[in-house]
Amino acid sequence: MASLKFNNVYLNDYFTLAGPMESDSKLKKVNLKMDDYYFGEKTFEKAEVKMQKTVIKGIMEKNKLDNDDVSLIIGGDLLNQISATSYATQNIPISLLGIYSACATFPESLIIAAMFLENKTIKKIIDVTSSHNLTAERQFRYPIEYGVPKPHTSTFTATASISTLLSNEESKIKIESATIGKVTEMGINDANNLGAVMAPAAAHTLYEHLTDLKRDVDYYDLILTGDLGCIGGSIFKKYTELKYNLKIKKHLDAGCELYLDSQETYSGGSGPACLPLVLFNKILESKKYKKILIIGTGALHSKTFVNQKSPIPAIAHAVSLEVM
Amino acid sequence: MNRDEYQKLVKKMSPKEPKLRNAIVAFLTGGLVAFIGEVIINILMNSFGLARVDSYAWLSFILILFATFMTATGKFDSLVSKAKCGLIIPTTGFAHSIQSAALDYKRDGFITGIGANLFKLAGSVILYGIVSAFFLAILKVAIYG
Repeated sequence: MASLKFNNVYLNDYFTLAGPMESDSKLKKVNLKMDDYYFGEKTFEKAEVKMQKTVIKGIMEKNKLDNDDVSLIIGGDLLNQISATSYATQNIPISLLGIYSACATFPESLIIAAMFLENKTIKKIIDVTSSHNLTAERQFRYPIEYGVPKPHTSTFTATASISTLLSNEESKIKIESATIGKVTEMGINDANNLGAVMAPAAAHTLYEHLTDLKRDVDYYDLILTGDLGCIGGSIFKKYTELKYNLKIKKHLDAGCELYLDSQETYSGGSGPACLPLVLFNKILESKKYKKILIIGTGALHSKTFVNQKSPIPAIAHAVSLEVM
Repeated sequence: MNRDEYQKLVKKMSPKEPKLRNAIVAFLTGGLVAFIGEVIINILMNSFGLARVDSYAWLSFILILFATFMTATGKFDSLVSKAKCGLIIPTTGFAHSIQSAALDYKRDGFITGIGANLFKLAGSVILYGIVSAFFLAILKVAIYG
């Protein structure tokens, strides 16, 4: 049961909040911008909580929804115990499903929401995710101000939060099908080259998706991977060609598409917020693509296992979107 | 494609770090720090009448003050990205590692935050510095008596 088809699930609306660097990047327009990394709070962690609160509130106000209208929130982030989501939703009287797939959290939340909606058990669901560069740096790397030189393969966690509203009501974006990925590990244990860690997972999920649904790779106008980065993106294409004999023509990587070259983000952006941010504020704004396959990629590493020299496992979930 | 072949592919497709260039930059910037140090020592000895041994202590004090000030104002990390390890290895880097940890954990409380994490990065330098000093001292006694 790796792939699923959906008939009447729609992504009705989205609300995006972009960090200070992301506001000045290649994005077209975002709903809200942050002037600094504190976002009016005392710590970066509290700022990330406020970011999620803001986008949940934002999408509800934009669509004139009350707490009673929404049955479920599905969300996750990068912090330990997905605490940004847990703390952001503590005063919102809506049921919560907290999930974790690192940077594949966004497609995972879409898949779970789509399954509820397809069965018509629930009417409206809000998906939420976020990442904050400085909370991620603190959690996975060195103290923020340390600024140790990084290799060119490393990526830069994007600061943003995104909420989406899903229901059975017909709208411009249809969630057409999805593939739930398998954990893949190819022996890479370099936490500064997560693109290479995640590329095989993305390739495998893409292959399964196409095989299960009996589709050709050219069926899609665009294959958008989550945060492999520019280097990881080219490894993904090469690996897919060598291993599965699939030649991808229309591929973009959200991490590679986010920042300007002058922003010195090495291989590109990363984080759970990277994929939805680029999808909504760049890819969909361009109105060029009708059938889009998004493949969120997550490196499921912990600092402890990396220190103990274990190879890093990765996962990728794919969701096929049809834009009317 | 098996795991070994994939790892080879990754190695081939990942850009190589300009190690030689980084080393030269670090050598020059590290040397520059040492040169500035020597200048300060001479100023201290000639203008303030300090003994050479005392001026070493004052020099460390000045460099540490400068580094922590740069860290606190958020300038040190951008200097490091240009100067590479030329600023991380000398005493400036040691001060910076402690100061950046202090800034990072100041909101987590005096004991559980600053107290527990201040030497997060500097701890290894202190530990292995003391251990190697211990063995070198034994070696010195063994050779010179």
